[in-house]
Amino acid sequence: MRDVAVVGFAQSPSVRREDSRNEVEMLMPVVEEVLAESGMGREDIGFTVSGSCDYLAGVPFSFVSALDAVGAWPPIQESHVEMDGAFALYEAWVRLQHGDVDTALVYAFGKSSPGSLRDLMALQLDPYCLAPLWPDAISLAALQARVLLDSGRITEADMAAVAARSRRDARDNPKAQVSGDRPAETLLEEPYLVAPLRLHDCPPVSDGAAAVVLAAGDAARRTSARPAWIRGIDHRIEPQALGVRDLAHSPSTARAAQVAGAGRGPVDVAELHAPFSHQELILREAIGIDGGVAVNPSGGALAANPMMVAGLIRVGEAARRIHDGSAGRALAHATSGPCLQQNLVCVLEA
Amino acid sequence: MAERCAVIGIGQTKHASARKDLSIAGLVREAAIRALDDAQLSWADVDAVVIGKAPDMFEGVMMPELYLADALGAAGKPMLRVHTAGSVGGSTAIVAAHLVQAGIHRRVLTVAFEKQSDSDPMWALTVKVPFQLPVVAGAGGYFAPIVRGYIRRSGAPADIGIKVAVKDRQNALRNPYAHLHIEDVSVDKVASSPMLWDPIRYLETCPSSDGACAMVLGDESAAQRAPSPPAWVVATAMRSEPTMFAGRDQVNPRAGQDCARDLYRQAGISDPRREIDVAEVYVPFSWFEPMWMENLGFAAEGEGWRMTESGATAIDGDLPINPSGGVLSSNPIGASGMLRFAEAALQVRSQAGEHQVDGARVALGHAYGGGSQFFSTWLVAAAKP
Amino acid sequence: MSQVASEPVTAVETPIRLQYRYTAGHATTRFLRALTEGRLLGQRCPRCRKVYVPPRGSCPTCGVPTDEEVPLADRGIVTSFCIVNVPFVGHAIEMPYVAASVLLDGADITFQHLVQEIPAAEVRMGMRIEAVWAPREEWGPSLENIRHFRPTGEPDAAFEAYKEHL
Repeated sequence: MRDVAVVGFAQSPSVRREDSRNEVEMLMPVVEEVLAESGMGREDIGFTVSGSCDYLAGVPFSFVSALDAVGAWPPIQESHVEMDGAFALYEAWVRLQHGDVDTALVYAFGKSSPGSLRDLMALQLDPYCLAPLWPDAISLAALQARVLLDSGRITEADMAAVAARSRRDARDNPKAQVSGDRPAETLLEEPYLVAPLRLHDCPPVSDGAAAVVLAAGDAARRTSARPAWIRGIDHRIEPQALGVRDLAHSPSTARAAQVAGAGRGPVDVAELHAPFSHQELILREAIGIDGGVAVNPSGGALAANPMMVAGLIRVGEAARRIHDGSAGRALAHATSGPCLQQNLVCVLEA
Repeated sequence: MAERCAVIGIGQTKHASARKDLSIAGLVREAAIRALDDAQLSWADVDAVVIGKAPDMFEGVMMPELYLADALGAAGKPMLRVHTAGSVGGSTAIVAAHLVQAGIHRRVLTVAFEKQSDSDPMWALTVKVPFQLPVVAGAGGYFAPIVRGYIRRSGAPADIGIKVAVKDRQNALRNPYAHLHIEDVSVDKVASSPMLWDPIRYLETCPSSDGACAMVLGDESAAQRAPSPPAWVVATAMRSEPTMFAGRDQVNPRAGQDCARDLYRQAGISDPRREIDVAEVYVPFSWFEPMWMENLGFAAEGEGWRMTESGATAIDGDLPINPSGGVLSSNPIGASGMLRFAEAALQVRSQAGEHQVDGARVALGHAYGGGSQFFSTWLVAAAKP
Repeated sequence: MSQVASEPVTAVETPIRLQYRYTAGHATTRFLRALTEGRLLGQRCPRCRKVYVPPRGSCPTCGVPTDEEVPLADRGIVTSFCIVNVPFVGHAIEMPYVAASVLLDGADITFQHLVQEIPAAEVRMGMRIEAVWAPREEWGPSLENIRHFRPTGEPDAAFEAYKEHL
């Protein structure tokens, strides 16, 4: 395998409603920033790939106009996944493994504010039996939380502790949308949103964009003093139907973590894409993260959850800790689909 | 590139305007099972699944690969979903090929589909977005002015589009999977069909189809064990450019030219017209055949129509184009590009049946999408590269 | 009943109604505001100097923001067109009609609009045209303020003048 590293990361602030800028206007400064950070011009990028979703934007081919943000002229080698940007990053990593290009730009954008996200997500479900019932995204997550609580492995207080820590850590993240310093005990006094989930157990609805630059071998060493080398990356999917899955566990995460080599050494920091508080607890167990690991120092998806972007941000945030010297080995995770259906794990090292 | 890659299994559905006998899952499985059977493999032999389709609004399912994961045997495996507009069938196959070539997986199932009858594709293509003023419906209205530009620039005779339509529709009669089988197709019949978006006539236009295509790609050891001759992937190339910009040549887009040049460079091809035996080219409106002949470097600029006129692109010509009947005969949009790639592979495996081109050893698969701005191509060969 | 039970289910109808609140963005907002005053506003790229209309706030080839505004005339030429015989839901327009790529004087990019007040068969590439505006009281933030374009009667532009816009 070729050595490939994250050498740059930039993100927009996550906000509830980006009212004045369209997707291209939101993306352009992010792309500019990540190129500047990587010390590259557009002409230095060998491959470009993005992640986004038409249904969020409410228009077909929404990724097409977003291409304006990268100045695709002369024509570029480019691809797009209808997935979170973390999976676009995976495609870029594969492309760099293929060996004919040395650098890649990965970007993702998602505005959830134009539509009703909670309802929209029902369109991800089996179109014949489930989608016509319009089960909303929070209710499905609540089902999963209930299964987990009933298994006796966690309590609602554990969930509140995750939420309290995430919002507290988010105070140091200028790009985060939600932060606060309420202790877990007082959070438990809040009413249920969809039992057993309270508002703090759920992610904010966010608009945002992010970009990452990958480089291979010497190209990475040239552009970064401390590249975040991708030592392993893998992703796995589970069947979608909730009834055939063990919702209290995440076998797809466990498998991806194993293939990515997560257990080959201790990690200093883990950025887990857990939009709901209880999901962090499922993921910790699946990956085998112990108490000594700093989990989601950025505040995670509970502090900012731009759809199609939040997974890529996890990789970027994990890489950033390596770039700035605060971590030697970091793990990033991204998820997609209802109740952690599809999961990606990426292991980064200095 | 760490590994060689070959096509070792191919499957496609019978394409039709509405496959009411199948769900979306049933449709993709019909193609995938045929591809696995062709390779004499089972679901368990597949390491990863790469799926592609055009906009989700065509079926009304958001990121449908999530719901299709178990139907495609992907549970516990990696699954990627590609979407690069009309070129997606091609770029999906290329992502799958890269997974094998990079040495990450040994056998990858790649699938592309569209079940357009589940929603209204004309509507999905023309969603009324505020701040924009759509004045025509569907893709025909978008591409017709470009065709007019080509005719003006090249001085092509007015009947070239008709000739392409007759040829592809006759070829489709040899392809049992093709959506349209117009037994009595003729120059008169095409010429007298309604003018939809002048200069594009009804019978010069692709249909709207339900359909899927699947391929199993394997590394060298998988290819050696395959029951049928493999189609070796010699080269792959993709290029994109913006939809609209000042001075953009939409008739002969630079992205397409660059894509073809890159492909030939990788394959060591200097004279594509002579060195390539057959090509499956994405022609949704008949006039795009001569346009792409020039864009792909098979003819000089302004001369592509002469290939059609002389019969060079006929199934018995010196460079048969779309012996399967092409997009004009079957158009499940997301799968249309993969069908081009798969048909090219069928030709070099000598498995194209009635529409087999004699002695085909090297074949090109081509797809494009968006406003003629996304291109993906591959070159496959009977001989190991 | 038993006969019905033996019939396969071939379709499930699921009406999907989604509401979206779109964001125009800075550049489009400026363009639409100008339209409410009967003006056409383009933007020039600081790098390649090309003028875009409608402006999208970025230059698609340079990938940089555009903010220099350029007022444009409401006249120009038809670079290419098609004669449409396919009804367009929601349009009360007589068939056939002409959808044209319109290049405004001073702009470097075409946009699609209708050409009327001339038989479809007489529309030509290179034909000079001008905007026909809706009555002022109907104006809103929309390109629909221009009902259509019509021929000015000036001589056609030479092919050389617009061949780069095909």
